Amino acid sequence: MMKQKDLILYSGLIILGLAAPYLFSAFKVQLTYLCVLIVLAMTWNLQGGEMGYNTFGNILFYGLGMYLTASVQVGMFFPLAEWTESGGEKTFVHTTAQYFQGIGVGLLVSAIIPAVIAGAIGYAILGLRGHYFAICTLGLGIAAGEIAGGIEIIGAGQGFTTPPFPAEIVDTEARGKFFYFLSFALLVGTFIFVKYIYGSRFRLILNAIRDNEDKAEAMGIQTMKYKIVGWMCSAFFCGLAGGIMGGLIGYIDSTDVAFDGREMGVFMVLMAILGGKGTLWGPVIGATLFHFFKEGLWTLILGWQYVALGVLIVVIVVYFPEGLMGWLREKYPERFGEVIDDKDRKAQVELK
Amino acid sequence: MDFLIFKAPMLMVQASLDGILLGILFALIAYGMALQWGVMNIINIAQGDLVILGGYIAYTIYLWGIHPAWGVIISPIIMFFVGWALYKLVINKVVDRDLFISILATFGIAIVFQQLMNFIFGADVVVAQSEYGTTMLFDNSVTLPNSKIFSAFISVLYAVALVIYMKKSRLGRAIRATAQNARAAKILGVDTEKVYAATFGINAALCGIAGALISITLTLHPYVGLPYTVRSFMIVIVAGLGNLPAVAVSGMGLGLFEEFADYILGTEFRIGAVFMLLVLILVYRRFKLSKKREYLK
Repeated sequence: MMKQKDLILYSGLIILGLAAPYLFSAFKVQLTYLCVLIVLAMTWNLQGGEMGYNTFGNILFYGLGMYLTASVQVGMFFPLAEWTESGGEKTFVHTTAQYFQGIGVGLLVSAIIPAVIAGAIGYAILGLRGHYFAICTLGLGIAAGEIAGGIEIIGAGQGFTTPPFPAEIVDTEARGKFFYFLSFALLVGTFIFVKYIYGSRFRLILNAIRDNEDKAEAMGIQTMKYKIVGWMCSAFFCGLAGGIMGGLIGYIDSTDVAFDGREMGVFMVLMAILGGKGTLWGPVIGATLFHFFKEGLWTLILGWQYVALGVLIVVIVVYFPEGLMGWLREKYPERFGEVIDDKDRKAQVELK
Repeated sequence: MDFLIFKAPMLMVQASLDGILLGILFALIAYGMALQWGVMNIINIAQGDLVILGGYIAYTIYLWGIHPAWGVIISPIIMFFVGWALYKLVINKVVDRDLFISILATFGIAIVFQQLMNFIFGADVVVAQSEYGTTMLFDNSVTLPNSKIFSAFISVLYAVALVIYMKKSRLGRAIRATAQNARAAKILGVDTEKVYAATFGINAALCGIAGALISITLTLHPYVGLPYTVRSFMIVIVAGLGNLPAVAVSGMGLGLFEEFADYILGTEFRIGAVFMLLVLILVYRRFKLSKKREYLK
C-alpha cells in the first residue's frame, strides 16, 4: 500500500501539474518542454542508470517518433510527397476531426514502431559493452539524422512542416493546453511505469546486468532478453515524446530538431547525471533543475549558451558524476533507508 | 541515384586515388587517437574539433598572407600547447575514471570548441587556397589536385618521423613504457603525469597537422568535427591500438569506402554512410566475438 505521505506528495504533484497551465498561462510551451525532458531523462535513466548501458542513441527513437507522427498525420488524409514538396503550404488543410484522428493514430504508431525497431536492432547492438556501446549508439543517432536529411518524401534537407493546429478552434489557448496535457499525460504514464519497474524484479535484473553482466549470466539470467525489453520500453516512451514535440514545434528538421544529438541527445544524458542516475527521482529533479537553469540563463547569455552548455557538461561530469541524489545519499544515508552504524563509518574513514 | 561509376572505369580510378590520398590523412588523425587511447585510456570525442581548430590556424595564417602550407609547421606547434593546456584543465581529472566519463567530458569540450570556433571564424565554409594546381592523368580523364598529393606526402612524413621519435627518444620510450604499464613506469621513475600531458599534446599536434592539410585539400566549418572523430575511432577499432601499418591500411580503406559511397549513394548520404559503417563494423565484430563467447572491451 502507498504510504500516506507518498499519497499526499503524488496527489499534490498531479494537482500542481493539472493547474500549471492555468497558473502559469504564459509558460505553457516551457511546461510542455519540461514534461518531455523529464520523460526523456527518466527513460535514459533506465538504460544508463539502471542497466549501465550509457546510450546516446535514444535520440534515434525520439526523432523517429517525431517523423512518424507527422507522416501518419499527413499521410492518412493527403499525399505525403506533395505535402512535403509544397513545404506544408496551405494546399491541404486538416479539419478538426482529421487533425485529432491523425495525431492520435500518429502517436500510436510512433510509440510502437520505435519499440519494434529497438527490439530488432537491440540484439545486435546491446551485445556491445561499455564505451563501444556508447560510441555505436552515438553513430546510430547521427547516421539517422544524416540519412533522414537525404530522404525526399519526408522533406529531406528543407524540413517537414507538421500540420498546423485546426483553425476552426477559435480559442487561442487551446493549442498550448492540448500539447501540455498530452505531454503531462505522457509524463504521468511514464512515471507510473518507471515506478512500477523500480518495485519489480525487472529492476533487480537490470541492476545485476549493470553491476556484473557475466555473473548475472552465470546466475541463469538471460541478460540479452532483459536488455532488449528494457531498451524497447525506453523506445516506446521516447517515440511518444518525439511525436508530441514534433506537433508542438510545428517544423521538423532532420539534424536540428528530430535527431538532434547535439542538444536533446546530450540533454537527456546530462539531466539524468545531474539528478543522479539510478534513482527514481534523480532524473525528474535533474531535468527540472536543468530546464530552469537553461531557460533562465539562455536568454541572459545569448550566443554563449552552447559554450555554457559545454562547460556545464564538463563540470557536471568531472565534479558531480554521482549527481544530486548521489550527493544527498552520501550526506544523509539514513533518509535513503541505509543503516550505517558507527563502526562501519569509522572503518570507512580509516580506509580513505 | 544512378550508377555512373560502373559505366565509366575512369571514375573508379578517380575515386580510388582520391580515397587513398584522403585515407592517409584519416590515418594520421587515427594514429593520434590510438596514441591517447593506448596510453591514457581516453576516448576523445573532441578529436575532430581539434583537427578543425588546427585547420583554422592554418586558415588564419593564410588570411595574413602567408602560404597555408606553412600551417603544417605552425599549426602543430600551437596545437601542442592547446592540447597540453586542455590536459591540465580537464583531461587529467578523467584519466583514471570510467571511459564513459571521458567520453562525456570530451563531448562537452567538443561543444565548447565548436561554439568558440563559430564565434571567432564565423559559420561559413572556408578553404585556404594553396594554388598548387592539378595533375592530369590518363588523357585528362582523372584529375588530382596537387594539394591532395602534398597532404598525403606530408602525412606520411610526419607519421614516419613520429614513429622514429617514439622508438628513439627518451620521451617516446617513456610514453611507450607508460602505455604498457603505468604503475611500473611510475615506480621506475617516469613522471607519468608529464607523459600524459605530452601524449595529449602530441595528439593535438597531429590533429593540427591534419587540420592544416584539410584546410588546403577539403573545406573547414566549425561543426564538421564529429565525423573526423568517428572516422578515427573506426580506424582504430579496425586496426587495433598501436599497430601503425594496420592504421594506415584501414585509413586508406575508409577513404576508398567513402569515395565510392559518395559516387554510388550520393553526396548527401556520405556522412550517414560513414556513421552507418561504424555501426556495422561494431556489430560485425560483436557477432564474431560472441561465437567465442567474448565481447568487445
